[in-house]
Amino acid sequence: MPILPVILWTDALVYILLAAVAGFVWYVRRHEHLRAPWWRVAQTPAAMSALVLLAAFMFAGLLDSVHFRLALPATPATQEGKDAPRSVAYAVEVKSVLDVLLSSIANRPERTYSAPLATHAYAKETVEVQGADGKFVKQVRDYPRLKYGGAHLTDPQREWRSDVTLSAFRGLALALPLWLLLSLFLVAACTPLEQVASRDFWRDVWGGKTEVPWRAVLITLAGVLLVIVPVVFLSGRYHVLGTDKVGLDVLYLSLKSVRTALVIGTLTTLVMLPFSVLLGIMAGYLRGLADDVIQYFYTTLNSIPAVLLIAAAVLALQVYIETHPGMFPTAAQRADFRLLWLCIILGVTSWTGLCRLLRGEALKLRELEYVQAAQAFGVSQWRIMLRHILPNVMHIVLISVVMDFSGLVLAEAVLSYVGVGVDPAMISFGTMINAARLEMGREPMVWWSLASAFVFMLALVLAANLFADAVRDAFDPRVRIGGRKMRLTGEA
Amino acid sequence: MYAYIVRRVVYAFFILIGVNLITFALFFKVNTPDDIARLQLGVKYVTPEAIAKWKSDRGYDKPLVYNGGAEGRHKFTDTIYFEKSVEMFRFNFGRADDGRDIAYEISTRMWPSLALAVPVFLVGLLLQITFALMMAFFRATYIDFWGVVLCVVMMSISGLFYIIGGQYLISKLWNLVPISGYVEGFDALKFLLLPVAVGVIGGIGSGARWYRTIFLEEVGKDYVRTARAKGLSEVVVFFRHILRNAMIPILTGAVVAIPLLFMGSLVAESFFGIPGLGSYTIEAIQAQDFAVVRSMVFIGSVLYILGLLLTDISYTLVDPRVRFE
Repeated sequence: MPILPVILWTDALVYILLAAVAGFVWYVRRHEHLRAPWWRVAQTPAAMSALVLLAAFMFAGLLDSVHFRLALPATPATQEGKDAPRSVAYAVEVKSVLDVLLSSIANRPERTYSAPLATHAYAKETVEVQGADGKFVKQVRDYPRLKYGGAHLTDPQREWRSDVTLSAFRGLALALPLWLLLSLFLVAACTPLEQVASRDFWRDVWGGKTEVPWRAVLITLAGVLLVIVPVVFLSGRYHVLGTDKVGLDVLYLSLKSVRTALVIGTLTTLVMLPFSVLLGIMAGYLRGLADDVIQYFYTTLNSIPAVLLIAAAVLALQVYIETHPGMFPTAAQRADFRLLWLCIILGVTSWTGLCRLLRGEALKLRELEYVQAAQAFGVSQWRIMLRHILPNVMHIVLISVVMDFSGLVLAEAVLSYVGVGVDPAMISFGTMINAARLEMGREPMVWWSLASAFVFMLALVLAANLFADAVRDAFDPRVRIGGRKMRLTGEA
Repeated sequence: MYAYIVRRVVYAFFILIGVNLITFALFFKVNTPDDIARLQLGVKYVTPEAIAKWKSDRGYDKPLVYNGGAEGRHKFTDTIYFEKSVEMFRFNFGRADDGRDIAYEISTRMWPSLALAVPVFLVGLLLQITFALMMAFFRATYIDFWGVVLCVVMMSISGLFYIIGGQYLISKLWNLVPISGYVEGFDALKFLLLPVAVGVIGGIGSGARWYRTIFLEEVGKDYVRTARAKGLSEVVVFFRHILRNAMIPILTGAVVAIPLLFMGSLVAESFFGIPGLGSYTIEAIQAQDFAVVRSMVFIGSVLYILGLLLTDISYTLVDPRVRFE
């Protein structure tokens, strides 16, 4: 077998998360009262546009969550011993599907910085000029040609502009039919066929009159494709977003950072979710001693400044890794373990908010008639908590999970800057910003790393915020009542 | 009310003991002094003697909680737990790994931190409330809509970019103020101007949006309808009735942050080279100086608990309906 699948810890959790989401979707589809709020989310144009963007990020993140090690080519020594059972040696480097897809841009390192779409390096170097007969003539200080970026051009000064525009136009030209195809597919998958076939339906779509805001979705999809496809075309021959200090392609780094951000944003809340839900409901429902103990527990944890608790925990992990090198055969596994640990410890510092909310809600719910009825029927306490309290606080859990996401993505960047974030070898927005911020003082300024991290993060976090807002508005009964009142007073 | 406050203080004391135990467990059980010494001295090729010397230099060569070899009460006081953790209740923090007195460092570094954090807090709060007020006053109009959009966009930008962008634009491009650094006294103003501005702008997005929802919650209440029914103008209703009532949750919510201003801001201080407690903490984390990190955890917890206490007290002062049993 040419590859050895590697399931990293976070990969496994991502798969579990995926399965859980699939199960949740299946469950929601069968229950009318759960379908209704999601239907409201689906009718929000901003949320659906954000979802398109998030789906693109998630696609990249999922591709980056399938890891394996490539087999090394057989050495002569193994070929000789034909009778012996063949043992295949695998590369130490752990790759993901995304790495393989991006191998054309990942494996083209320049020597150092180069600007986006550049053909020449960013700083002058001593270059040997050769005469027509190929002999050495003299040394001059000049911008050397890049090894890969625009290497196919013979006279970059003359050809560069037309080549870049041509590639970009080719991309745009392909994006259009691709978009038509995708939109047809998308709309057809979600609406009855006879509707899709009718002209009135499409008139409604463009008039923005459909229940699902298809116009917003399709426009966002067009925007995404119009960016991605030309970039794909250009990235074959240029470094579209330039290269960083060691010559790595910034586009590649940005795409790899997406997974780190997604993992931190989702797994952190999910790792601690069972604890905060269980403890919050127990404190609110059982009252008495359990309430006191749980409250004491989370107030104490909450009192410790989060950054310092994370710092202490990450330092502890460093010690652990240093003393147990056998547990982490590859650098990727080490970095991954640190990422998981960061998720756990971030979860420890942030679960208390949800726990407090759930406690308050459970305190209210336990006084309601249906809970009292259950108590009168002699239903056990655990069963009441599981069957009667839990389903009625799920909307709070859901809201807090989606609301926390963007904050965690932003926190990762700050923590990595402080030095207690992800492993320095792990590609993330934090490490990208950290590496690029020292280059501010250079003249001319190296702006592309920062700009890429900025654009990618803004797109991800903004989309997450918009989606989270829609989910909150749909699920939080209080907000909805407030909203209706607001409209009434607005008219008055 | 006094009985309530006394009870809260006692409760706070118990929480502090809990914090103390957790930090002790983290820094002496999970990361034992041996591990730390090995990490500091270089992991490979480190001799047991070097570790023993490192530990005895810093007073880590005692038993953790119980010293069987000592006499009388020294059985408990002559231990790491007592000397390193219990002593913190007396604000005796000992020395950092580089030999400097931590308490002295904290007392001198506190002032630059405050000089940055207090203006950011006050100006920020004022601007957030003003902005939120504007959006709430023009609710359900385009001003409100685009204001919220702006807030969401602003809160989607990482704080690091505000700092980097501010440094680039103001300091490097326009040369208005120094990029980073700090001096004592009145000249500090020119060094503080940019960090304060950046801190204020970075906080506006989430703050203004949050306060807007508080204002809007207040707008929907019955007493507002009564005020309108009396024939009061919208401006009077808004500024005399709604604003005053909405200030209760806003101000009591802000109280919890006041004591923590002492801790300074981790990121801003180190970016702008301000020698405050935030940059002290970051340096300690990066140098893996556990004595300093431990002290800062303790102080941070004390300040947070103080903030909770002040919040409770401010509730009773501001809102006569709130009564505690």
